[in-house]
Amino acid sequence: MQLFTCPFCGPRAETEFFYGAEAGKTRPEPASDVKAEAWAAYLHTNANPKGATREIWLHQTCGEFFLMERDTVTHDVVQSVSLRGDAA
Amino acid sequence: MTARRVGEIGERRPISFQFDGRRLQGLEGDTIASALLANDVRVIGRSFKYHRPRGIYGAGVEDPNGLVDVTLSGKTSPNVRATTEKLVDGMVVRAGNADPGAETDRHGFIDRLAQFIPAGFYYKTFMWPDWHLFEPRIRAMAGLGRLDPTHEPPADSPQINERCDVLVIGAGPAGLTAARAASRAGKRVILVDDQTQPGGSLLYRDVTLEGIQGADWAQSVGAELSGAGQRVLTNSTAYGVYQHNLACVWERRLGQSDALWQIRAGQIILATGAIERPLVFPDNDRPGVMSAEAALVFLKRHGLLVGQKIVLATNNTRTDDGIDALRKAGAEVRVADRRSGAEITGVEGKSGVTAVWINGERVIADCLLVSSGFSPTVHLYAQATGKLRYDEQTAALVPAKPVSGLAVIGAANGTFDLGPSLAEAHAAGGGSGDVPIIDWAYAPYAIEAVWPVTGAKGRQWIDFQNDVTVKDIELAARENYRSVEHLKRYTTLGMATDQGKTSNLNGLATMAAITGRSIDATGTTTYRPPYVPVPLKIIAGRRRGELYNPVKRLVLEPQHRDAGAVFREYGGWLRPAYYGTGADQREIQREARIARETVALLDGSPLGKIEVFGPQAGAVLDFNSYNTISTLKPGRLRYGFMLTESGVIYDDGVVAKVSDTHYIVSCSSGHVDGVLMPLEEWRQDRFNPAEVVIHNSTPQWATLTATGPRARDLVARLELGVDLDDVSLPHMAFVEATFAGGPARLARVSFTGDRSYEVSVPSLAAPDLFTQMRALLAEFGGCLLGSEALLLLRAEKGYIIAGKDTDGTTIPADLGINGPRDKRRDEFVGKRSLFTENAQRTDRQQLVGLTVHSAEPLPTGAHAVELADGKRRSIGFVTSSYFSPVLNRPIALGLIERGLARLGEDIMLYHLGKTLRATISDPCAFDRDGGRLNA
Amino acid sequence: MTDRYSALSLFKEGLRGHKGWKQAWRSPEPQSHYDVIIIGGGGHGLATAYYLAKVHGIRRVAVLEKGWIGGGNTGRNTTTIRSNYFYPESVALYDFSLKLYEGLSKELNYNIMLSQRGVATVAHSDAEMEISARIVNAMQINGTDAELMTRDQIIAKAPLLNQSNTARYPIFGGVWQGRAGVARHDAVAWGYARAADRLGVDIIQGCEVSGFLIEGGRCAGVETSRGTIRADRVGLAVAGHSSVVAEKAGFKLPLHIYTLQAMVSEPVKPCLDTVLLYPGTGTYVSQSDKGEMIIGGGIDRVPSYAQRGNPPVQETVIAGLLEMFPSFGQLKMLRQWGGIVDVTPDSSPLIGPSPLPGLYLNCGWGTGGFKAIPAGGYLLAHLLATGDHHPISRPFDLDRFERCRLIDEAAGSGIAH
Repeated sequence: MQLFTCPFCGPRAETEFFYGAEAGKTRPEPASDVKAEAWAAYLHTNANPKGATREIWLHQTCGEFFLMERDTVTHDVVQSVSLRGDAA
Repeated sequence: MTARRVGEIGERRPISFQFDGRRLQGLEGDTIASALLANDVRVIGRSFKYHRPRGIYGAGVEDPNGLVDVTLSGKTSPNVRATTEKLVDGMVVRAGNADPGAETDRHGFIDRLAQFIPAGFYYKTFMWPDWHLFEPRIRAMAGLGRLDPTHEPPADSPQINERCDVLVIGAGPAGLTAARAASRAGKRVILVDDQTQPGGSLLYRDVTLEGIQGADWAQSVGAELSGAGQRVLTNSTAYGVYQHNLACVWERRLGQSDALWQIRAGQIILATGAIERPLVFPDNDRPGVMSAEAALVFLKRHGLLVGQKIVLATNNTRTDDGIDALRKAGAEVRVADRRSGAEITGVEGKSGVTAVWINGERVIADCLLVSSGFSPTVHLYAQATGKLRYDEQTAALVPAKPVSGLAVIGAANGTFDLGPSLAEAHAAGGGSGDVPIIDWAYAPYAIEAVWPVTGAKGRQWIDFQNDVTVKDIELAARENYRSVEHLKRYTTLGMATDQGKTSNLNGLATMAAITGRSIDATGTTTYRPPYVPVPLKIIAGRRRGELYNPVKRLVLEPQHRDAGAVFREYGGWLRPAYYGTGADQREIQREARIARETVALLDGSPLGKIEVFGPQAGAVLDFNSYNTISTLKPGRLRYGFMLTESGVIYDDGVVAKVSDTHYIVSCSSGHVDGVLMPLEEWRQDRFNPAEVVIHNSTPQWATLTATGPRARDLVARLELGVDLDDVSLPHMAFVEATFAGGPARLARVSFTGDRSYEVSVPSLAAPDLFTQMRALLAEFGGCLLGSEALLLLRAEKGYIIAGKDTDGTTIPADLGINGPRDKRRDEFVGKRSLFTENAQRTDRQQLVGLTVHSAEPLPTGAHAVELADGKRRSIGFVTSSYFSPVLNRPIALGLIERGLARLGEDIMLYHLGKTLRATISDPCAFDRDGGRLNA
Repeated sequence: MTDRYSALSLFKEGLRGHKGWKQAWRSPEPQSHYDVIIIGGGGHGLATAYYLAKVHGIRRVAVLEKGWIGGGNTGRNTTTIRSNYFYPESVALYDFSLKLYEGLSKELNYNIMLSQRGVATVAHSDAEMEISARIVNAMQINGTDAELMTRDQIIAKAPLLNQSNTARYPIFGGVWQGRAGVARHDAVAWGYARAADRLGVDIIQGCEVSGFLIEGGRCAGVETSRGTIRADRVGLAVAGHSSVVAEKAGFKLPLHIYTLQAMVSEPVKPCLDTVLLYPGTGTYVSQSDKGEMIIGGGIDRVPSYAQRGNPPVQETVIAGLLEMFPSFGQLKMLRQWGGIVDVTPDSSPLIGPSPLPGLYLNCGWGTGGFKAIPAGGYLLAHLLATGDHHPISRPFDLDRFERCRLIDEAAGSGIAH
């Protein structure tokens, strides 16, 4: 049972969280201009770094998506960051 | 064998039990092992592979031999560890892996074939003519204990979550010192130990700490901790250390079910001690060959002298006090010390040691105690990603470097002398002031490493339970299974129920010697949880039956039960499938017929109600829907799809526009969470979250739906305070109403094709509404409608159930709905995917109706097939199929390749070897012009 | 030296203390150049090497393994072999694999103990029985064996099952594939290794690939912890580490990397003769010829390379097992571990050329790679030898994502892998 930190609620058991995606993916638009490869890459491709990684997670109990930096080998959680512009 | 009780401990109550059919007596406080030894039982089971006689080797979790089946109150449990299980009155104990008994095992002959069945022999034979011919007989030999088919342990083990600053595992002198130091430093401490009382080695070694006899000192420290409000868990084994310093602890509790503690600790201090290794020599597996430390434990803790004429073979100083203690208890002890060249060359006695050969001299003996030094109990450290190094001076694998949040102290850290061990413990616990002073009369730990040698005459056992000998390791090396993991897997070394606690280092040192590598270069296998076998029952806890995965329940469930509902699960909800006591099809047909004739009442409460508020509510919904939503007029409803980014239909549903800043999304009952997630995701990722709020109000509202030609008449009698005429409330309209003085919502939307009204009220008002509507039903000759009949009614209309009539590939075009794709200029979820090569294929499976010309409905799941080159090819399948009472014929829906272009075509279907026929038709089989919506 | 395995050779060696057995495989020093290099000494990599040598006569082949052979997912799975798939492409692939498995012990002269004790996927409701019928019909049409079983038939296969009608997951019937079963996982790796070695393949353990040699935009070999090794073609069969190696070659793959846990109980006398799967709980279980219950379940949805178990998933899997078999509450968990699974968006594998010319892929098997070892090896060998797809592997090319031609079994059959 890992401990993840929600930037709004603090440290919580991993079972409260849902993995979203690797951070930094931008939805390619408009649809009419998006090549098949770019769309496939957006939908499916991942870097899967072994070590430090930046990911989007959902804290299901409060409903907020946020950015978490952690390590995929040691499972160290480095930091969690709100995605809200107005957050501290 | 001449084990006997000696008067080391006071009077104890006798306990009767049975072993292999013999009635025996033990004493209160005994383990099964100590009681058996006290009764002169030497052979307590058989080894796994060769069925060699096995006796007790150790006194605790490290013992590889003492596995027995235990029956208590008529319930049997297999593979009980005799050295750790408390003896209980009336226990019936049966030898492990022996039939009929330990002494008389009928498979004992296998040992005589041993030379032909070495490590991995099964990889080399049984291939011709076929493994399947041999397997049943090999398989019959599998396993140790026997499962009791009638014993179904209840799901009653509590799981307890706990936190602390410092978790100390092991309550020996080091653990106690560390825990006390941490406690005195103001930390919140939990101390865990697998014995019945704190003390560890102090319970059997003669040490004085701070001027107090060891066991008493342990008791006083335990009392101090308890007095300070710290938790001391005895009879508790920490079996796993998981991520972020979570320790799992199995607590054995007498008279109640065992518990699982999940303890999150700021710091974990491992004071888990060390396990004595066996010396390896020919026939070292004989019953009566025992760990020297175990003999001391049996003597001091159970008042049991394990032999009268004892040979004690050692290579280290840690046996010194034991020798004195055994002699003092009246045994004759002959010491064979490797450091002075005394080597054991053989052991006699099939069912118990009768003589020992020392350097060629035959010595009469009834017990052979052995010690080849100690292996630190580093399992939990290694589980927590710790790495080990071989320490030459102590001949042990010790922690190589610190792991964050974890400290290893004392013997577990390779610090075998008590003085330095306590200093380590005191520091790890954050202690200030003096380290406890000890008084120990014996020499400091010193050892001359002795590793198994190859080429000896006779067989030398490394793994007692799995029968792995030095020769097996030689064979593995010869065949190039030289990596320790290959060695383990090829020979099964360390894979028995003791997981190699006594065998691993001997095994890998043997491999190191054979291959000329150092022990460090040879490496170790991975230590995996659990440290000891842990009952599945405590891991599962109370998650059984409905608690495994709770169903969602209707607020009106009692009322439906009163009305004779038969419940089934639909999308996680327990809902009435149908009402009545007749055969299910009969009741379902009745309900469907009455719904078409007059009026029927359905509990639609599970239908999703996701409310979207705010200035950007419409924009969020537009982006997440296939159909544009924001262009609706207030008070109107629109049917549409929600797609995944892959363009696939995730859900269908109806959205109500209450106002420009308030919408209600009514999605499928099983898809609420799945609809909520992307809405929330895009709300936060794409829109201004301050301008839109999404709230799931599904559990707050109950919905009762009246459907059928008399639906309006019935709803009119409810006094909802709204006009029900078709101008004020046309099909696909919504109005806020009142019911019994509270709020209500009325939506005119139909899933049956008949005039229908969904009346929603706050859940607390539901019973009242249900009572009123049910009374009216009787008046109109209507009935309650279960989910099964609803499924039938909607299929008559060709309305889909997302996930049943669509699969994970269905896009809107497959239902013939292309408008938004062709016309919408703005972005929406899944849009790009509707223009891929795959989405534009012409041979896609499309939803159609299937008409049969017999009375028997098509089997759902039957495939439509084409013959190509004499072979069948699936071109789709039946997704829904029913007998329609209103049409008096079967109806069906299916996903069929190019189906929409093939209306009227006959196709062939395949079901479990049978061939059927059907005609492709419009999905809507009833009231195609929709006149009944307003009838 | 004794090389051939048989009852007779075992007997003869028994008489002389087993001193004459030949090495199962050599441990040669790597050469500077090979026709083909295969990265990854798991089942798929070793099988690839074997089929390259056996079928295509390409014997200047090296298998580079950073640890010990068979040490990845090959050595840490629940050993189930089946081809109960929905789509014809999948059935073609997995049935091909099953057929190769059926002859494998004799072909390799190494008993992999393929035990075709059948796999039952239980249905818990009438609706699930309809889905089961859909799957059984698809399997029969696609030419593999399948049977729709009634409740009584399922119970007869596993009498200890929870037969209560009020169980959370009651038994309605299920999908049965009789040819499916289990095999000894390590033996599959070792058997292929030995057979490949005998054909001249160099199996090089303790050799980690650190980079690719790229010349003229083409893969010309690899940099390793034991020096540069050149090759005409390179195959990649590293499962959970595919993305890590792909990154060194300069591309990304459509994969997620998760932990899949498995566990075994202490051994008991035989009491479960088939492989059972409960889709409702995700738990599957079989009893090994050693007597241990081999237990698996759902993946741990946290991207990870840690290969560690985790209590929440453990609890769900074990609770699911006791829901199936209440009497297994007597058993104890002996060992648990985690493997790194590489899961594609459609849970079907990736076989084909990579974006780097000269480098070919075999990955994305997710939780089901073990059953596909012979086919995965055979098909990658075909690609490496000919530069072209075998017809069976064509649909599993990387290009299916751009074309959106996914082979999504979960989507089609309603049953996850």
